[in-house]
Order: sequence, then C-alpha cells, then structure tokens
Amino acid sequence: MTIETYGAYGGRYVPETLIPALDELERGWAEARADPSFGEELDLLGHHYVGRPTPLYESGRFAPQGRRIVLKREDLNHTGAHKINNALGQILLALRLGKRRIVAETGAGQHGVATATVCARFGLECVVYMGAEDMRRQHPNVERMRLLGAEVESVEFGTKTLKEATSEAIRDWIANVETTYYLIGSCVGPAPYPSIVRELQAVIGREARTQMLETYDRLPDAVVACVGGGSNAIGLFAGFLDDADVRLIGVEAAGAASLASGRPAVLHGARSSVLADADGQVLDAHSISAGLDYPGVGPEHAALRDTGRVSYVTATDEEALAAFHRLAETEGILPALEPAHALARALDIDAELILVGLSGRGDKDLAEVLGY
Amino acid sequence: MAGPETPELARAAESGGADLIEIGFPFSDPLADGPVIRRAAERALAAGMRTADCIENVRAIRREVSVPLIPMTYASLFEAYGWERLAADAREAGAASLIVADLPVDVHPELRRVQLVAPTSTDARIALAAERTDGWLYLVTVAGTTGARTELSPALAPLVERTRALTDAPLYAGFGISTPEQAADAAELADGVVVGSAALLAADDGPAALERFVAQLRAALA
Repeated sequence: MTIETYGAYGGRYVPETLIPALDELERGWAEARADPSFGEELDLLGHHYVGRPTPLYESGRFAPQGRRIVLKREDLNHTGAHKINNALGQILLALRLGKRRIVAETGAGQHGVATATVCARFGLECVVYMGAEDMRRQHPNVERMRLLGAEVESVEFGTKTLKEATSEAIRDWIANVETTYYLIGSCVGPAPYPSIVRELQAVIGREARTQMLETYDRLPDAVVACVGGGSNAIGLFAGFLDDADVRLIGVEAAGAASLASGRPAVLHGARSSVLADADGQVLDAHSISAGLDYPGVGPEHAALRDTGRVSYVTATDEEALAAFHRLAETEGILPALEPAHALARALDIDAELILVGLSGRGDKDLAEVLGY
Repeated sequence: MAGPETPELARAAESGGADLIEIGFPFSDPLADGPVIRRAAERALAAGMRTADCIENVRAIRREVSVPLIPMTYASLFEAYGWERLAADAREAGAASLIVADLPVDVHPELRRVQLVAPTSTDARIALAAERTDGWLYLVTVAGTTGARTELSPALAPLVERTRALTDAPLYAGFGISTPEQAADAAELADGVVVGSAALLAADDGPAALERFVAQLRAALA
C-alpha cells in the first residue's frame, strides 16, 4: 500500500501496533468512497441533521468601505462549527468498520461536541480527551459533551491543551485498537487521516464555490480561513485550489504559527511544519483561542506553503478579539475566536471580494472574551 | 533515560545482571510510552538533555559498562539532528544499535535499527521486520504503551509462535513486564525480556535499588 504524502510531509510515524489499523482504515475509506450509498447517506444526514448547505452571508456593515466580505456560515451547522462535517463522515466510516467505541481529542471542545453528538445519534460509546486548561476555558463544551453521554477525560500533564489531549487519545487507541475507532478532529495525524478529513471538509469549499457563482456570478478575489490543525481551511481552500486567480490565505494565531515560524518535525504521527526547537522537541503554542492553540498543522498546509499556492499569515490575540467585537456589533454574529483570526486579516487584505470561512460560533468563548 | 546519573545506574544494572541496556533519548511527545517513561522524559528535557547531550551520555556510559547500549527514541530527534548523522554519532559514542519507537519498518528503511513487532502485526510485516532488524527483534507484548501490567499479556504466546515460524532472529519481549514472575513467564516463550518502566521506578531509589531489582529479574530467568 502506498502511503499518501504531501511533498515531503505527512506519512506514518506511529508505533507498529497501529499500522494494521491504519491499513484497515485506508481500505475502509477507499471502499466507502467507491460505494454510492455512503455518499448518499452522508449527504442526507448533512442536509437533514446538520443543516447543509450553510448560507453565504455578505457582511455589509463589518466590511471596510470599498470591500465586500462574504462569510461562509459554518457556524450555523448543528453543534455550531464545521467540525460536524468530519465527525459525521468518520462515524459512518467507523460503523462500516464495525467499531463501537470512539475516542477523540478536543481543544476548543467543538470537535469533542461534534463527536459526542454523532456518537449519541448512532448509539456508540464515546471518550473525549481534553486538556485540563482547555476544560477550564471552554467549560460549556465540557458540559455539552457530558449531556450528550460522552466521557470527558481530563489530561493533566504537559501543556494541558490540545497537544497532550491528542497524544492521550492516540495512546488510548493504541491500547484498544481492536475495538476502537480514533475519530481525529483535524487534517493532522498519520496517513490516511489528513486526506479523510480534507475530503469530508471539502463540502465547505464545493458549496462556497457554487454559491459564489450563483450569487455574484464570479469567484472571490481572496479566500481567507483560520488555521490551527487546518481542517476548515483545507476544506474551504479545496474548492478553489485549481482557480489560479483566487488568492488563498490561511491565518494562524501569532503564538501558534506552525507554518510561519515552525520547522520540519514529527508530531502525532506525521512529518509537518511544527513549532519545535533545534533538537526536534515540540514547543508550547500560545493562543487565546483553544482551537488554534496547537504547535502542529496538517501536512498538506505545509506543502501548500512551500509551493506558494497558499499564503499563511498571523493574527494576534488582540486583533482576533477586536474582530470578534466588530462582527458582534456590526452584524449581530458572535464568531468563535478561531475564525475571528481570519476576520481580523480579512479587514486589511487588499482585494475587492473576499470570502471568509466563519468556521464556528462564539458562544463557547464568552467567558474567555469577557475575562480578557 | 539519559541523564547525569545514568552512567552510575548503568553500572548498577550491569552488576545486577543486565545483558543489554536501553538508553532513552527524551522526546516531548512520546506516543508509545505510558506515564512512567513519559514523566522521565519530561524531567530529562526540563534538565536540559538534548540530542548532543544524550550522545555524550552514551559515551560516558560506555566507559562504565561493557554490555551493548541501545538508544531508544523517536523520529523527531532524527528529523532535527539528521538521520545518518544521529545514527553515526550514536554508534561512534558506543551505541550498538538504535530503537525508534514511532518508526515502522517501512519508513526510513536505510536506518539500521532494532525493529519492533506487535500482536497486531501481520505475518508479512513480521517477516519484513525480521529481515531488516539489527540483531534481534523487539516483541511488543501488548497492544498498548509502555508501563506495568498486572498480568503477562496473553498476546505474547501467539506472537512468539507466529514470529518463530518466520525467523531465527532472537526475540526479546517487552512492554508491560515489571515483575520477576512476569519476566520468568515471558522468558519461557521469548529469548529475552526488556524491562523499562519498572526499572526506571527502581532507579528512582538509586543505583543499589536498581541493582537489586535487576538481580531479582536475573534470578527469575535462571
């Protein structure tokens, strides 16, 4: 079996115990994609359960004079973020593989909530690993997961954020690999996870491209999305990668800029651009946004940076907060702090028609915003 | 785990009867390791142990003991230091081979190392690992991370049986073996046993405690 890589990035850097499970996953995914009933069920659930297609909304008051900023409203999905697109697709895959126990990691809690939601929907056991620091700052999502029947395991060591939660979820998977499906939340991890997550999130870009043509009769000049692990960005960009005239811009948190200031290293099963020291030891990321507070990034983003197809820039905590308040006050929309980074940069991009991925809603962030 | 006290601990392990010593080169995100080795790595990193220090540590340990020394670490250290360079420098400092816990047999095949096989490995992968391994095969006794278990894994016997049918390489069993009784049971099946987390815990009480612990393991294997 050929392992999918993105340029020099990606691959499988995992203990031998997991290799047969990754092979099984790859076969199962290929079979699912070839089976029309898989896509039909996903589309049907996407429509009736998640609420797709999500609308495009032009933010007339948020945009600076002379610019048009259009939001792809993933915040209007069931559970409030794009994460459900991936969770739903992977849960259908887990069912095909006969797994009844699901483990996941979560940072901001949105992926954990999405996973707990689809596990409740299909009657599967759900264990979510979450850093103790993230449990504190995203407490409403912890309560939501528990109400949905998930077990939330607090990770009390290291950074106590997404990095350690991911490591613990993978360790759980290693120990329970025969019975358990690891439902990864972003386009990271060992192959084939980055490509599975990308394909499941690509619905965002497909819809957005069609909607742009329907509504504006043209493609946007620039597409902007926030990048932590990078799943909403890769899903949105996927719709426009072949449109050479469309600028693609990924926005990282300034304190977690794996692409802007990282180096090649191996984290969580893949080679990518990682915040690491000269010896390959992974460094701590720092962001007000728990969902971007991750020192790694999906390998495809590292490759897209190297080819120059996507530009990656950063936004600070303060810039994201300012954009959060501006969208709330001008449009009546509370964005999550993650896409608030994309909104911040969208304000100063020199382009006429700008599409921004509004990947999630901000209810979970109120305590963080009010306490800042 | 590599550190200033490790040469003395290695001497104690050799006196207790160890035939081979693994030296952990700490990594920040050790996916294959349970809490004991993870915490040891965190402490080593906090104390400043980086790759070059670990290699010098091997050199210092080499002066104290005559048994083979095998660094055990993760791919990210090689990625940063250079794959060939790390292998060459470790060997030059006195390492007999290497173990890379997150490097499956088909990744970086040019890196000569002790290969690991697990209960989940297919026969084809066991055969490939046996063909490429450096001296002996590391049998991971359980689907899981390093660290003590209450019982010897029932997965070891069938893994040994499958592996013996495919290779004549010596088989050393590790992961989850912490007591002399478990070591004796594992040695009924395999050609050697690897004890990591339990040895680190014993070493927390100093070289004499480690030597006693290794001597108990040695006696159980006699």
